[in-house]
Amino acid sequence: MSDVSDAGPEVLIIPTGIANLASVEAGLRRAGAQVRTSRDPAELVDAAAVVLPGVGAFDAGLEGLRGLRGIAEALVERIAADRPTLAVCLGLQLLLHASEESASGAAGLGIVPGRATRFPDSVRVPQLGWNLVESDPACRLLGSGGYAYFANSYRLAEIPAGFACGLADHGGRFVAALERGNLLACQFHPELSGRYGAALLRRFVERAQEVQPC
Amino acid sequence: MLTRRIIPCLDCKDGRVVKGVQFQGLRDAGDPVELARSYEQQGADELVILDVSATPEGRRTAHHTVEAVRAVLSIPLTVGGGVRTVDDARALLEAGADKVSVNTAAVTSPELIDELAARFGVQCTVLALDAARPSDGRGPDFEVVIRSGKERTGRDAGAWAREAVRRGAGEILLTSWDRDGTRSGYDLEILRSVCAAVNVPVIASGGADHAGHMVEAFAVGVDAVLAASIFHDGDTTVAALKHELAAVGVPVRIESTEQNP
Repeated sequence: MSDVSDAGPEVLIIPTGIANLASVEAGLRRAGAQVRTSRDPAELVDAAAVVLPGVGAFDAGLEGLRGLRGIAEALVERIAADRPTLAVCLGLQLLLHASEESASGAAGLGIVPGRATRFPDSVRVPQLGWNLVESDPACRLLGSGGYAYFANSYRLAEIPAGFACGLADHGGRFVAALERGNLLACQFHPELSGRYGAALLRRFVERAQEVQPC
Repeated sequence: MLTRRIIPCLDCKDGRVVKGVQFQGLRDAGDPVELARSYEQQGADELVILDVSATPEGRRTAHHTVEAVRAVLSIPLTVGGGVRTVDDARALLEAGADKVSVNTAAVTSPELIDELAARFGVQCTVLALDAARPSDGRGPDFEVVIRSGKERTGRDAGAWAREAVRRGAGEILLTSWDRDGTRSGYDLEILRSVCAAVNVPVIASGGADHAGHMVEAFAVGVDAVLAASIFHDGDTTVAALKHELAAVGVPVRIESTEQNP
């Protein structure tokens, strides 16, 4: 355990407009972070840690993100600089090149190669519930495997090159989480995943503490 | 693979958990925050809070209850009861709900489901469907009832489930009105009928007494089982039930460090 000062690191949440922030805020606070939302691109580029939450449809999420001037560019810039960034659920899919869900064929942020596709009809859709995540040993933030809570109809089915991944199965394997350096994107909801998710959020907050410039 | 869920339900009124039989004769069953914390520790996969107060003051109290529960809870929380509009739903989500369930208002104004799904996503939009066996042997096999069972609609439960899913419901919380609070087992025929009608997850509710009832419900295709009395009365724990279910091959989430008081 790292030495945690009385005031934990500040984590900024991007309010994309459609996401329910109450659970993710509560989860990060329990993990020791100071939490607030921010729409300011300059501070989002440099912040110790940023969370891109997201529930709902791909187009609405993208619209919410693009509607905040400069935020998409700020995200791309901070991830390129390898600053601690956590994307949750739809947040993961917004990092991709595209999603089958988009009626207009809108492009995602293009940070992670791949396109989200819908679960097959052979399983219940949306996937709502706890699924077993099996983790690549290279996943430092994701940690070891465990049960995580998912709420999604679309997923990334192919492992993206250059990322360490956690995988789960719902009508076939899919990417449950991916990470590279200080970027972690979870298809599941760590803030709703009990002890497993709480431990993950603590590791993320600790990473932000370590990386934070003095 | 996706595990089967066990979901304790907290019927809340004036900041307390209450329980009745067929929604009547309410009695006190405890503090919502204490119960929520305890159920999560036992291994509950999710919680449902139903606001049964049905008054403006009660609604405000329910929001405080949701906020207080959210602060201690790190599993999903569905909240329902008296949700009539998108704004009602938004207020509950801002208070800390992850999903919102709609019941009577969805029957009287089905476009509410479309609006909720468009605004918050299908994974957030739960149809609470109360179904009853016909009292006079006429009409559909399983009839949708609303206003806490006081009004029969003449609508077939499976047909309504299908329509709701088409409109954007991402999950169905299916309560057998005849079985609610009776502890005589889930109504398997109703469950089978609705599970066959839709491809979204179905939560069985109404009538649970022991693990055997849950095994039966999972066998007809539900993804989750909801229960209230058996947990509030302290007859069993979520952990004990999960071990019984796992022993007969039902895939459930069991974490080694869970308490089994």
